[in-house]
Amino acid sequence: MNRLDRLRGPVPPRAHDARAIAALAANPGCARRALLDAAGVDKDGTARHLGFPAPFGQSQFAITRGNVFEALVKENGCAELLRLMRELLGLPVDQVGYQDVENVGSHLRASHTRALIDRAARELDAAVFYDHPMLSLEIAGHTAYLEPDVLAFQLGGRFHIVEIKSFAVIDGQAEPEKVAAAARQAAVYVMALRALMADLGHDPERVSHDVVLICPENFANRPTASLVDVRKQLAVLKRQLARMARVDRLLEGLPPELTFSLDPDDEGVPTRSARELAEALGRIPARYAPDCLSTCDMCMFCRDEARSCGSTDLLGRQVRDQLGGVAAASEALGLAEGTVVPGEGQEEIARVLRLANRLREECLT
Amino acid sequence: MSTLLALARLRAMRDGVAQRITTVRHCHVSERPMVFIPLKLAGEAAAPLGAMVGTDPDHPRLLVVPQPRNRDLRFAFAGELAEVLLPYIESFQKATETVEKKVGEPYERCLDAPQIVVPNRPAVAFTGLLGRSTRFRRVDGPYPVHPSVPLLGRWLTYFTDRASQPGSSLLLAATDVLGAHWATGQSGLEDANLAALVGWIDPPPGMSGPRAAEEAEDPLLWPPAGPATDPGFDNEVLGPAIRAYEDAPTARAVERVAQALRSQLEPTWRLTWRAVELLRALPEGSRVRDRWDADRGSFTRFVERIAEGGPPQARRDGAVGAAARLAGLERARAGYDVQRAYDDPLVMAEYRLTGEAFAGVVTGAEPEHFEGEGRSRKLRPLITVRTQDPVRLAPGAVLGSPDRRGHGAEVVGLAGGEITLKIVKGMGRGKTPAPGAVPQPGERVCYTSLTDDFQTSAALPDPEQTPWTHGGPPEEYAPSDDDAQEEWE
Repeated sequence: MNRLDRLRGPVPPRAHDARAIAALAANPGCARRALLDAAGVDKDGTARHLGFPAPFGQSQFAITRGNVFEALVKENGCAELLRLMRELLGLPVDQVGYQDVENVGSHLRASHTRALIDRAARELDAAVFYDHPMLSLEIAGHTAYLEPDVLAFQLGGRFHIVEIKSFAVIDGQAEPEKVAAAARQAAVYVMALRALMADLGHDPERVSHDVVLICPENFANRPTASLVDVRKQLAVLKRQLARMARVDRLLEGLPPELTFSLDPDDEGVPTRSARELAEALGRIPARYAPDCLSTCDMCMFCRDEARSCGSTDLLGRQVRDQLGGVAAASEALGLAEGTVVPGEGQEEIARVLRLANRLREECLT
Repeated sequence: MSTLLALARLRAMRDGVAQRITTVRHCHVSERPMVFIPLKLAGEAAAPLGAMVGTDPDHPRLLVVPQPRNRDLRFAFAGELAEVLLPYIESFQKATETVEKKVGEPYERCLDAPQIVVPNRPAVAFTGLLGRSTRFRRVDGPYPVHPSVPLLGRWLTYFTDRASQPGSSLLLAATDVLGAHWATGQSGLEDANLAALVGWIDPPPGMSGPRAAEEAEDPLLWPPAGPATDPGFDNEVLGPAIRAYEDAPTARAVERVAQALRSQLEPTWRLTWRAVELLRALPEGSRVRDRWDADRGSFTRFVERIAEGGPPQARRDGAVGAAARLAGLERARAGYDVQRAYDDPLVMAEYRLTGEAFAGVVTGAEPEHFEGEGRSRKLRPLITVRTQDPVRLAPGAVLGSPDRRGHGAEVVGLAGGEITLKIVKGMGRGKTPAPGAVPQPGERVCYTSLTDDFQTSAALPDPEQTPWTHGGPPEEYAPSDDDAQEEWE
C-alpha cells in the first residue's frame, strides 16, 4: 500500500480545489497541512471528529445569489459574457462557440478538456467558451483537479481564464480581500492551463496573465467585467509550490504504521478514538498562524495545540516578528523580565524587551 | 506593531486578561451616543436585513426587512432608519457658539455633535454602502422616495467619510476603539470579534479572559456582531422565516422574522453599550477635546452644506478633491499620533523605545544662560538631563515636551547618559525666564523630537483649474434620473 493511502485510510482521496491550493501556498511551511492535503485526507471530517470543527459555513442566501448570478452570466451560451468581453478587450468578435464540457460526465472531463484545448490551440481563429472545464495540476507530487468557471479561447489570439464572482463592484471598487482571493484562485487556473499548453507542445504564454473577473455592478444583478493582472500571484504561487517541502521528505522519519484514518465502520461512522487521532496528528508539526482561521479546516485543532504550549504564533506574525522569532510566550516574557538568560543571538531582542518592560512598568505605576 | 504592544499581548496571554496600552482615553465619548447595529443579507452587497438603533440602552428600536430582496421594503427600512437618525442629528444643530479666529471672520459652531457607535469595522463599511445606495435617490420623477431617504444617505456617507479621519469620534467602531486602548492575549484578527474582545477586557465574574473569548466564538451563545449573520442562523432560522413571509405576508410572519433578528441583535446591542461604558470609565486625554472641537466644526460645515442645498457627495473624488482629502488624512494622522504621545506616557514610551524621545531627571540647570552679543544677545537657558533611555537624537534636533505647552528645546550635546539641552521657546519675553519655564534640578522631564506644529495645507489648484494631466476639470455633478433609478436589488 502506498504511504499516502495508508495515511488517509480506506476512503477515497479528497479532491483539491483552487482555493485549497491558494491556501496551501499561503502557508507553505505547514508540514501538517501539506501532508494531509497530499494524502487527500478529509480535513473537515477529521477536525470534526477531533472535536474542533472549523468555523466555516455558507449561508443559503449567499449560495443562491452566487448560483443565480453565474447562471445569468452563462445563459444562452454565455451571450452576456461575450458582450462583456467584447467591450473589455475591444474585440470585433461577432461569434463565439460554446461548449459545455460537463456533458461528457465527470470521469472524462479532464481528458476531454485536454483534447478540446489541443484542438482549439491548433485552430487559430476559432473562438470558443468552454463551460465547466477541468484542468489538472501537479501539487507536491500528486495531481489536483481544478474546475475554473469558464475558459475563453482565442479572443485576440490569447486565452483567458474567466472567474465569475458574486461580490459587487461598486463605483469601480470591490472589497480588496475578495478581489485578492479571486486573483489567487485564478492564478492557480492560469498556472494549470499553462502547464497543459506546455504539455501539449503549445506556447504557454498564449494563456493571458490577465484574468477576466465578472462581478455584479453596484447594487444590481447586472454583470460587469474587469481584467485582473495575476502576475504577482502567479510568481508567489510558483515560488511557494516549488519551495513547498516535497512530500517524500515529509514522510521520512515517520513511523510506517502512522495513519490518520478515522477507521470508519460499514456505515462510514468513525470508530477511532479522537485522542489517538490527535496523537497521530501531533507527530507532524503544524505551523499555526491566525490567518489559518479563515483558510484551513484544521485551524481550531492547531490553535488549541498552540495554546497548550503557549506559542507566540497565537498572537499573529506581526507580534512574532517583534519578538524576534522567540517561539514561547514564557521565554519572551522571561527575557523581558530578566528571569531568562538570553541565548546566543538573543541579546538584542532581550535588550529591547527589557527596555520595553521597564518603560511599561514605569508608566503604569 | 511595536515591542511594547507585543509585550502587552504576552502579558495578557499569561494573566488571562487584557492589558491597558494607554493610560488615558484617546477618543471622545458622547453623553448621548447613538448605537447602530446593522445586519445585511449574506451574499448581497448592501441589502439591509434589519438593525437595532437608538440612544437608550434599555429601549432599542428594532428595524426589520421581512424580505430583504424586495426593493420597496428596503426603502421603507431606509425611511424608518431616517426617522430615528435624522431627528437625533437635528437635535445638535440648534445650539451654537461663535468662534473667534486669529485670521478671518468669526464663525458659528455647534456646541455638541452627534456620535454614532457601531460594533465593528465592517459595520462602518456597510453604513457607507447604505449611504451610497440612498443618497442619489430623488423625491420626484420616476421611482420617487420619501425626502428623508436621500438626506439619510448623505448623512451616512458623511459619517463614513469622517470615520476614516484619524482622531475623529463622530462614527466609532467599538472593536477599533477598544483595541486602541487594550491589548488581548489573542491575535488582531480574533479581536475583530466584539464579544471575544469584550470577553478579554471585562470577563464575566469567575471567568478568565480566554475562556470568555472562547465562549464568544460560539454563534449560538454570541451571534456575530454583524453586518454578516451566522450562516447556521441563515439556514435554520432566517431562511424558513423569510419563506413563510413570502408565502403569506402577514403581521405574524413579519413578527417571526423580527423575533429571529432580535435574537441576533440583542447580544450585540448590549455589548456595544458595554464598550461605551468601558471607554467612558477611562480618564480622557487632554487633547481629546481639541479633536472633538474639530469634529464639531466639521459637523457644522456639513449642516451648512445641506442647508445651502449642495449636491450629494460624488461617487468618486475628482483629482483635486482626492489630493486634498489625502493630504488632510495624512495631516490628521501625523497630528493624532503626536497628540496621543503628548497626552499619554505609555504612548510616548513607544518613541522612547525607538530613541525619538527620552525621559529622565534634570541634574543641572543654568536658567540665565545667554547666547550672542549686543542686540542679538538671547536668553538660552541650559539644562542637563540624565536618562537611561537609548537616545537617538543628534545635536541640533528640535524637541518639544509634554510637560509644558509651548516649550521648545534644542539638543546641544550627549555624553554618557547625560543630555544637554538649550531651551529656545516658551520662556516669556523678560530678561529672565518666566517662573516655571525652565525645569529645576531634580525634576522629572520628558522630551521628544515629535512636534505637532501647524502645517499649512498643500497648495492645490481649484477644481476648475485641474491640469489635463489629471483629467482636466471634473464634470460638475448634476443629479440625473439614472442615479435616482439605479437598481437596488
